[in-house]
Amino acid sequence: MATENAVSAEEIKVNAAKMHISDTDVAIDIIAMHKWYGEFHVLKDINLKVMRGERIVICGPSGSGKSTMIRCINRLEEHQKGKIIVDGKELTNDLKKIDEVRREVGMVFQHFNLFPHLTILENCTLAPIWVRKTPKKQAEEIAMHFLKRVKIPEQANKYPGQLSGGQQQRVAIARSLCMNPRIMLFDEPTSALDPEMIKEVLETMVGLAEEGMTMLCVTHEMGFARKVANRVIFMDQGQIVEQNTPAEFFDHPRHERTKLFLSQILH
Amino acid sequence: MQEHDMSWVRTEMALAEPAPASVRGLGAWVRQNLIGSVGDAILTVIGIALVIMILPQVINWAFINAQWTGPDRTVCATVAQGGIQPDGWSGACWAFVNAKFGQFMFGTYPVEERWRPILVAILFVALLVPMLVPRVPRKGLNAILLFLVLPIVSFVLLIGGMFGLPHVETSRWGGLLVTLSLSFVGIAVSLPLGTVLALGRRSKMPIVKMLCIIFIEAVRGIPLITVLFFVSVMLPLFLPAGVSFDKYLRALIGVSLFAAAYMAEVVRGGLQAIPKGQYEGADSLGLGYWQKMGLIVLPQALKLVIPGIVNTFIGMFKDTSLVIIISMFDLLGVVKQNFSDANWATPQTARSGLIFAAFVFWLFCFGMSRYSMYTERRLDTGHKR
Repeated sequence: MATENAVSAEEIKVNAAKMHISDTDVAIDIIAMHKWYGEFHVLKDINLKVMRGERIVICGPSGSGKSTMIRCINRLEEHQKGKIIVDGKELTNDLKKIDEVRREVGMVFQHFNLFPHLTILENCTLAPIWVRKTPKKQAEEIAMHFLKRVKIPEQANKYPGQLSGGQQQRVAIARSLCMNPRIMLFDEPTSALDPEMIKEVLETMVGLAEEGMTMLCVTHEMGFARKVANRVIFMDQGQIVEQNTPAEFFDHPRHERTKLFLSQILH
Repeated sequence: MQEHDMSWVRTEMALAEPAPASVRGLGAWVRQNLIGSVGDAILTVIGIALVIMILPQVINWAFINAQWTGPDRTVCATVAQGGIQPDGWSGACWAFVNAKFGQFMFGTYPVEERWRPILVAILFVALLVPMLVPRVPRKGLNAILLFLVLPIVSFVLLIGGMFGLPHVETSRWGGLLVTLSLSFVGIAVSLPLGTVLALGRRSKMPIVKMLCIIFIEAVRGIPLITVLFFVSVMLPLFLPAGVSFDKYLRALIGVSLFAAAYMAEVVRGGLQAIPKGQYEGADSLGLGYWQKMGLIVLPQALKLVIPGIVNTFIGMFKDTSLVIIISMFDLLGVVKQNFSDANWATPQTARSGLIFAAFVFWLFCFGMSRYSMYTERRLDTGHKR
């Protein structure tokens, strides 16, 4: 399966180079999207097209709407204007469509959001069993496969509370992967971790990127952005201010706000 | 000024050592808990003095001077009161409890038919015990038998009138039978109904939400006595003519609805304590509303409020005594009713009867309390750290 993904990722690069972009190559299409929290206009005129296999890093100051934007993609937040099309399905109030989209889109949260009353294995098998109707035994095999991949199969029967933050976050990644998603969203996955644990989580994410997963990461890990991102998006005040390849973005920022932001975080 | 050398490096890591003797063992416990300070010591002395003063009298009354068997009041009355005990005697009249035990358990259920409530009790215990022991498998089947099949079978068995069983009117049911059956059905109905009401109250659908709020606030704002009167006197007004509801069933409905309203608020407290991240985690995996609630939110919320749930159960168990105001006789009602039996009227009768009733109530409530603590410990997966 892994090799399959890698191949398709290659194809996409080739396709993109030839500029033959068909609709099926578009993973996420956000068109003129706006969102309000009551009277407060949090997201303004967001336009973003994400290709299959693309890795996008979203950064920006706190309160700039990064998290809100990616949370709109699996409708943890509702947008009020514009269109969001994920995997060819437009997000509206249609609950069935929303569930379909959520099945295809995995999400990793800042605070892991593991289910503390279930074991690690149960955390990973719950959704495949109940949502995908996978037989229990098969779901457990899949779960163990991904737990091995995030390098914690020996913790399968423990509870989340018994694991370190880094381990919990890796479980959260494995839990999402068990649903075999086509797109993965990362909402500041390393922000709540001790410094010593960040690396293990980033390594897992790099591995995922190398296999060609479509990824959107809100993160402040600029090393990660340079290493794996195809594109870096900078947001401020609820809008996309600048986007570019990582090399260009970090070395030749164009917008004043971007320059200021980078000067604050890169020493 | 002299220069400090600030650099230092540890050559060997320090090993963990056992705690010093002053914080270990019985001596340390006594020092810390009984005579930790002058105030502590004084309280300890007062406490011990109180126990020494009261305990011997209680033991004397309840056990040593107590009369355990006897045909009538004479064994529990002094000579001056027309009995056989010396003047100045004071002891519990367990003979009264002994003689009336059947009534305390079953009310005025016909003596020759009492095997029926006994059989129900045996079935109940046989289904309840495996339900409570976590190791026993097939909990789903067990729950269906206990909460759905048993109540129906029990009702048929107790009321009779079919399968050749003589009909026994519910007005003849009484004693512990009524207390336990009312509370059991109340518990079995109030937890699921209360949970649904709590979910409804947090629902985004305005009609559902409003109905749940109206029900909860209306029932919770009315005393149980009024609810019982209401279902007893008013309910028939709403039913079509000719349809009459048994008084026992009405009490059952009243108690269950009342407990459900309280339960709803307890469960809502638990729901509110579940972090938003748990809902989002479930949402992001594509779980539907009922899956999210049933698999993720409720298991955690209910676990959090076990003390509150059991508190409500215990409160309801004791509140069943209020059915006396619609002339049904639960354990306490039957005990009080028997005080007026001229055959047993002595100064000790009421005390003994009430202490017996109190003891039975306490036994069940304490059992529930201990079991809930056991469950809390068992379900603790250490996520609070």
